[in-house]
Amino acid sequence: MSAYTISIVSIIGINVILAVSLNMISGFCGQISLGHGAFFGAGAYAAALVMVGLANVPLALLAALLAGSALGIIVGFASLRVRSDFLAVTTIGVNFLFVGFVRKQTWLGGEMGISGIPPTGFGAPGNMVMILVLACATVAFSLYVNRSWMGFAFRAVGEDEQAATTLGIAANAYKLAAFGIGTALAGLAGGLYTFFTQFITVDAFDFIFSVMLMAMVVIGGIGSTWGVVAAAIGLTVLPEAIRFVNDYRLLVFGGMLVLVIRLAPGGLAALIRNLFVRARQA
Amino acid sequence: MGAGGPPAFCSASKDDAVYYIDLAVTGISFGCMYAMMSVGLTLVYGLLRILHVAHAAVFALGAYATVLAANATGSIALGFVAALIVTPLFGMAIYRLLYEPLLNYRPDVPMIASVGLLVLMQDAFRIVFGEQGVTFRRNAFSFRTFDIAGVTISAVQIAIVITAAIVFLGLHLFTTRTRIGVGWRATVSKPRIAASFGIDPIKVRYLNFAIGSALAAVAGGLVALLNNLVDPTIGFVVSYKALAIIVLGGLGSVRGTLVASLVLGLVEAYGTIFIGAWLDRDAIAFLALIILLMIRPQGFTGAHTA
Repeated sequence: MSAYTISIVSIIGINVILAVSLNMISGFCGQISLGHGAFFGAGAYAAALVMVGLANVPLALLAALLAGSALGIIVGFASLRVRSDFLAVTTIGVNFLFVGFVRKQTWLGGEMGISGIPPTGFGAPGNMVMILVLACATVAFSLYVNRSWMGFAFRAVGEDEQAATTLGIAANAYKLAAFGIGTALAGLAGGLYTFFTQFITVDAFDFIFSVMLMAMVVIGGIGSTWGVVAAAIGLTVLPEAIRFVNDYRLLVFGGMLVLVIRLAPGGLAALIRNLFVRARQA
Repeated sequence: MGAGGPPAFCSASKDDAVYYIDLAVTGISFGCMYAMMSVGLTLVYGLLRILHVAHAAVFALGAYATVLAANATGSIALGFVAALIVTPLFGMAIYRLLYEPLLNYRPDVPMIASVGLLVLMQDAFRIVFGEQGVTFRRNAFSFRTFDIAGVTISAVQIAIVITAAIVFLGLHLFTTRTRIGVGWRATVSKPRIAASFGIDPIKVRYLNFAIGSALAAVAGGLVALLNNLVDPTIGFVVSYKALAIIVLGGLGSVRGTLVASLVLGLVEAYGTIFIGAWLDRDAIAFLALIILLMIRPQGFTGAHTA
């Protein structure tokens, strides 16, 4: 495997974790979050600090996980107080606050970011395997959650919060759980990203990145784990596969987001489901 | 980015009282600009319950139209005329092609489409007009400053404040004194009843997008003059600030938006002195927003709950 392939596969793995974790919050539980990049960034910075200080991989991953979910649970509390549109604006705000805050912190490297992060010692292929294993685990976990009682409660809260509360589902607890789990996984992805690049700046975690993650979820079909995985892989490979797309990446992402919502608001998953239904009827 | 950056016209030192007056001038002029930018957003929210994020693309289009037409004709006034023709059409097209088919979905569906449109437009501006952006070829107006009792005020800042005053006075008269304006307000507050009185709600929507977009275009043109530069990111940060502003102002309320804009302009101007060391100027709006939402989840006025 060439170094190029290894790096692409690593990025795909990271993006799959991010998109699937965002899908748990926004797809399963219906809490639109446009600030997923902030949790990703929190994890990346936490892992970078641990690696620079202690050079301990498991500890760095744990720190990334905890940093992501700590910030996520704080935002989760916000989701208990504000609904739908307000929550979307709040999470956009969280993303801008994160970037604006980190940029001014000298202990986090400010504008220059953190460089010279010690390697994990597994080499690039080893890192890739670790990323892929964790990505598969994330997908399996997402599928499991979706079938579990918790997934049912998430969907109930996402569909109609009041009705769910009437049925005795503790909506607040489940919303917090969705945020806690989803953002912990985003933090984990951040840690992996730090291992992968060994150099982080805050610009990698900006709002535009959060929009791309949301694009993956929406294009894949909000709520569908496999659809989101497919979209995450597709949207990561697309700019690499077609050279010219790389220069117009945002144009293509934005355009696809608009087109998919306009033509198939259910995303890939709904398109395929409809095809099956039609094939069966024919 | 956009209207960001430190106050450009502060000449006095920090200990000087004039410095604080300078900041107030900067704050008020930015506040007026934010108000013109945000009012279109709040109008769209009030009528359709859509967070019209792509409004920033309209703002950027207005800025580009102004600078390109001004460079082509040599007249800044004609630049503004061009922007006022192009942007309402664009705004109405967004409604017709993007939002109207999505009105029956959850409110975050059109919002995400809107975010997509903004990202697409911003990249399109970059591709068509270049990363470096476009500057005015002849723009003596941008650099003219007045010295009033030691306080330096630029001509553009004065223009922004006067324009905003005229625009909001005009909007007030339009919505209280004309039949169309009253019909518009009626549709915003009670769409069904307004429709039963013979007001066409579809026409009101187009009107809404036309007026909101025109205001954003004026704001965009003025920011272009202020920075003497239009680059692809011009609308970006301002647009998210505008989201914060309309929530702060209580979604859908024009008066609340006006107040929140001015407050934010001033808070940003003074805030850069006190918390600029640990937080970007552009993030201050969101800090204020998040604090407010935690205390009052319905926004300042609480007129509309989400």
